[in-house]
Amino acid sequence: MPKEQSGANILVEALCDLGVEVIFGYPGGAVLPIYDALFQQKRIRHILVRHEQAATHAAEGYARATGKPGVVLVTSGPGATNAVTGITDALMDSIPMVVITGQVATHLIGSDAFQEADTVGITRHCTKHNYLVKSPETLGNVIHEAFHIATTGRPGPVVVDIPKDVQVATAPYKKPGTINHASYRPQIKGDIKLIEAAVEMLAAAERPILYTGGGIINSGPAASQILRELARITGAPVTSTLMGLGAYPASGEAWLGMLGMHGTYEANWAMNQADLIVCLGARFDDRVTGRLDAFAPKAKKIHVDIDRSSMNKTVRVDLPIVGDVGHVMEDMVKVWKARQHTKADLSAWWTQIDEWRAKKSLSYPPSTTEIMPQAAVQALWNATHKKNPIITTEVGQHQMWAAQHFHFESPNKWLTSGGLGTMGYGLPAAIGAQLGNPNALVIDIAGEASIQMNIQELATATQYRLPVKIFILNNEYMGMVRQWQELTYSSRYSESYSDALPDFVKLGEAYGWKGIRIETPDQLESGIAEMLAYDGPVIVDCLVAKVANCFPMIPSGASHVEMILADDQVSGELDDEAKALV
Amino acid sequence: MHIKEGLKERHTLSVTVTNEPGVLARIAGMFTARGYNIESLTVADITEDDSISRITIVTAGTPAVIEQVVAQLDRMVPVHKVTDLTLLGDHVERELALVKVAGTGDHRIEALRLAEVFRANVVDTTISSFVFEVTGASTKIDRFVELMKEIGLVEVARTGIVAMARGKEAI
Repeated sequence: MPKEQSGANILVEALCDLGVEVIFGYPGGAVLPIYDALFQQKRIRHILVRHEQAATHAAEGYARATGKPGVVLVTSGPGATNAVTGITDALMDSIPMVVITGQVATHLIGSDAFQEADTVGITRHCTKHNYLVKSPETLGNVIHEAFHIATTGRPGPVVVDIPKDVQVATAPYKKPGTINHASYRPQIKGDIKLIEAAVEMLAAAERPILYTGGGIINSGPAASQILRELARITGAPVTSTLMGLGAYPASGEAWLGMLGMHGTYEANWAMNQADLIVCLGARFDDRVTGRLDAFAPKAKKIHVDIDRSSMNKTVRVDLPIVGDVGHVMEDMVKVWKARQHTKADLSAWWTQIDEWRAKKSLSYPPSTTEIMPQAAVQALWNATHKKNPIITTEVGQHQMWAAQHFHFESPNKWLTSGGLGTMGYGLPAAIGAQLGNPNALVIDIAGEASIQMNIQELATATQYRLPVKIFILNNEYMGMVRQWQELTYSSRYSESYSDALPDFVKLGEAYGWKGIRIETPDQLESGIAEMLAYDGPVIVDCLVAKVANCFPMIPSGASHVEMILADDQVSGELDDEAKALV
Repeated sequence: MHIKEGLKERHTLSVTVTNEPGVLARIAGMFTARGYNIESLTVADITEDDSISRITIVTAGTPAVIEQVVAQLDRMVPVHKVTDLTLLGDHVERELALVKVAGTGDHRIEALRLAEVFRANVVDTTISSFVFEVTGASTKIDRFVELMKEIGLVEVARTGIVAMARGKEAI
């Protein structure tokens, strides 16, 4: 019989057994026993954030950049409720994360005790699963099961709520063996019959396209490699969702760029005209499909996803294959080769695609007097891409410009809040990514509005000497809101102006960062060089054109072929049907 | 602008789940979170060691929504198996109701006569009232309750639907 130890120690032991190296957290009354147990050990590093929401985004950034689960520790009540945004973010973007929350003692639950909140109730629908642990005897197994659930199948956040008396009470702990869950058994391998059918459809297609997503990144680096092989042997063009950028290299021959609302002309037209769409680890999100009844009218659709509920959720598909996209693609490649299929003659398809490409849909009106935000992102890419940097973003126009103009060559380098669209994600995510990759160049491409949503995390980077860089595209507007108001509400800019902005340079300096301001196009290159030369955290306030819009754009309620390009005249008013769409 | 809705079908689902705290809230909450309907929901433990509960849910939605309901239930961690009994084919659905009726004289005699027609049992009686236990398809119970209104219906308690596929196979 192993010796008895406190629940807090059992938690720490279990986390060590699970290989946890870093925890992002914030102490409070209901987790004091756990913080004391952490104080008395050296195996796990605790990173003290300045707000619990940032702990969750930092854990997401860590997870996304390393492939390992992110771990968060917060107190009861406000600690847990502050974490809810990041937990929901991780659910929407399928990020493996385990969140340990303190809870009031079991006999106080339900009594409206100080800092009590119904954490399992609140997080029930924004987690993949959650637990309230009522005895130290079950704690060890619950922690192991929580990691199993968070990291397998479609990854996601798992909350473990631990009352304070359970942290103090003692029980024996033994590392459990392989977890054989009674009801939770994700399907990893795809049905081979369906995979064979998919290969035949792909071999017979005249206008195929591979529509890839974040599932490929979640499947691991091998899946990105096998995607490249699949694209090579089939000759099919590749597009990707926002979450999947980097799975296929932007310099690759088959690359069409991102698809969807701010995707390229060629990617969206190819989706519209394709005779076969192979959806690999993506989920036909509304930002991708545009108007559903006009989505890809000519295409047969194959959908590979580990989550059965993603099948036929928004778009009816002809061939759903449930399984890990990496495994399924590997089997597709094997079957393709075993059946000695050769690359079909897709030259007519590629000729067509090249015509769409010639539109140069990412072009934008140049300026010699103002810094165009797109040009700023391009300059940043020019100066840094050889260092293979990790890019995080906040949410808004800058995020889309980064997705369009920063070209990713490998997975786990692009961390952004896709599903939930959480402003304030980028800085804490950069902190998490930097902790997981101490030698990497990590840059948060930000907007002046978003960055203020978790600006307090400047202190976290300072405390742990993390050399993260923030590059603010400062246009003094909540730019995407302003753009939608211009397009939909005849430029009535209701509350979208960023008034009373702080001096970001001085603000950075107050936190011990280096601050740089870039005001004119001729300062852009040198400003970026100065940022890169500094061995420490840098905040760059880059003043860009104030009312530049992000194009191409599929407006609300429009189809892929109704894209607005930069030189179209677009300001005006939309009808109610379109206004009702997000 | 007006909000449009599609044509709905009624489906009866059987769901086996690990019997753990919060599991019902998890299932019921998923329905509200995703905007699905619950017309009836019953739950009870069905194993000797209290480890597994069987939930019977009657829901209504377009065929695509029903398919999603099944998939969303199926991916929940404590869910063992989801069966769409309506899709499976023929199945029996039963509901039990307790119906309290008050009255004297002719009303009392008529209540007993109707109870016999509906094969309802008397499970409690006083000089001026009965509690009937009636079992059957929901429509039968509806009719029984409707008739008792004329006689002196006091209150009704219904279990909601339990259902099982016909034939020798387990789901």
